[in-house]
Amino acid sequence: MNTLVGIRTSRVLLFFFALFVLAFLYVPLVALGVKSLQGGPTLFYWFGKAFTNPDLMSSLHNSFLIGLGCTVLSTSIGTLAALGLRKNNFHGKILFESLLNLPLVLPEIVLGLAMLVWFVYLNITLGLISVIIAHTTFTISYVTLLVLARLKSLDPLLEEAAADLGATPLRAFLKVTLPLILPAVISGALLSFTLSFDDFLITFFTAGVGSDTLPVRIYSMMRFGISPEINAISTAVLLFTLVAVLAMFKLRKT
Amino acid sequence: MLKKLLSPQKRPPLTILPLLGWFTFFLIIPILIILLFSLMQKGAYGQIEFHLGFSNYVRAFEAIYLKILFRSLVLALYTTVLCLCLAYPIAYFMARSPQKQKPIWLALVIIPFWTNFVIRVYALKLVLGETGLINSLFIKLGLIHTPLQLLDNTFAVMLGMIYNYLPFMILPLYVALDKLDYTLLDAAYDLGANKFQMAVRVLFPLSLPGVITGSLFVFIPAFGEFVIPDLLGGSQSMYIGSLITETFLKSRDWPFGSALSSFLVGLAMFAFFFAHLKGEGDMKEVH
Repeated sequence: MNTLVGIRTSRVLLFFFALFVLAFLYVPLVALGVKSLQGGPTLFYWFGKAFTNPDLMSSLHNSFLIGLGCTVLSTSIGTLAALGLRKNNFHGKILFESLLNLPLVLPEIVLGLAMLVWFVYLNITLGLISVIIAHTTFTISYVTLLVLARLKSLDPLLEEAAADLGATPLRAFLKVTLPLILPAVISGALLSFTLSFDDFLITFFTAGVGSDTLPVRIYSMMRFGISPEINAISTAVLLFTLVAVLAMFKLRKT
Repeated sequence: MLKKLLSPQKRPPLTILPLLGWFTFFLIIPILIILLFSLMQKGAYGQIEFHLGFSNYVRAFEAIYLKILFRSLVLALYTTVLCLCLAYPIAYFMARSPQKQKPIWLALVIIPFWTNFVIRVYALKLVLGETGLINSLFIKLGLIHTPLQLLDNTFAVMLGMIYNYLPFMILPLYVALDKLDYTLLDAAYDLGANKFQMAVRVLFPLSLPGVITGSLFVFIPAFGEFVIPDLLGGSQSMYIGSLITETFLKSRDWPFGSALSSFLVGLAMFAFFFAHLKGEGDMKEVH
């Protein structure tokens, strides 16, 4: 009896501690949202200003283009690699798997600078293409690992059944495997878009003049101080993230 | 030998080739170049000269650079330990929540985790500023009369680091604590362990993979961090991330910058193999 009460009190304490930590994480974000609505003649005045600011809009446009390019590349390359990695044992598998983890553990600053040096050496102009390449390099691993996890949970008998019923390997893949791994492929694609859209450091090093993304633009505006337009555009991005996270949660349940 | 290597059962699947090619060209080669550059010299006009040697590494051990290195190490360690202390209770709370509530807590932690990093630093700057939330609240409550200087100091940097990296610690810890077998705690209790013993000798060792993964996910990027000190710390103190960035972009001394970067690569490799040996709580489960 005594211990039960003890466990309950510590659970209540933990609950308040959790709330305190979450408050720490959320107060600045909420403050940002509130601030974005203040200081203009109308409620959404600064949103209008931000979304007609040519600099912000061109960087937003870049962010979307880069995100799309990176998503297409990393989702296709990553899914293919995951299909190959499903094979139980092959020469160099362990080496390949460590390689897959490398972009996840390498400090971003090193990855960004190494890319910068390599692009300059290769005479690749720093622009949208260089950023897409750099982003793809660190998002492929996430896609591969996500799709691989899904593939591992599949029942191999399903594909064998398709083969027994006379399906060619390609047909079995398209009609059986692909529909089954599609949720993982889609969440991999969403993840790489978000990672690319969010990235600051690698973009900072690999973007050239005129190809800066929204985070890089916000960063350079921020260095000159606080502005209502940054509040508005940041709040818009925040809402976009919120929707993306909720979408991911919906996807995961299927 | 060759025949054995090419036996069909063990032949690497063709579908990994695009990834292998991509990583060779855009990951391995660039890193090798950085390592190679670190052994070269900067010429009088900023060009790279081909004199192999360790002078850049020797230079990195000069007092001013050692001080920066040490300061970054301390900042990263503080960040990791403080994040761990804050994250462990909440991760434990989440893992022991009723099954139905777990996704809600998880979503609440993942939203800031996914929110753009620059925007989060900006939001924190808004709160800490002279006319920010904290100062206006304190003035309204009559606690202070003139705004506190909460920005452009070490305190702001530390707070910014914790604010930014906390979700990176909570998520792996949660993954580890969630799959833990809690009947072991009951067993410990039945065998007469008190709460402290249960926590330190049963719970913590069992959650160690999550602790290690979380610490790595905080420590490695925290060590090379340059944006948070830059935006919240003013121009007060230099950290290795800012030093590397300035060496590359401002003084254009690529060989020395490469040598400094090699430290970070080495650290990451060390951490990676350490984690492989000790931990298994994986980030892929978090996403």
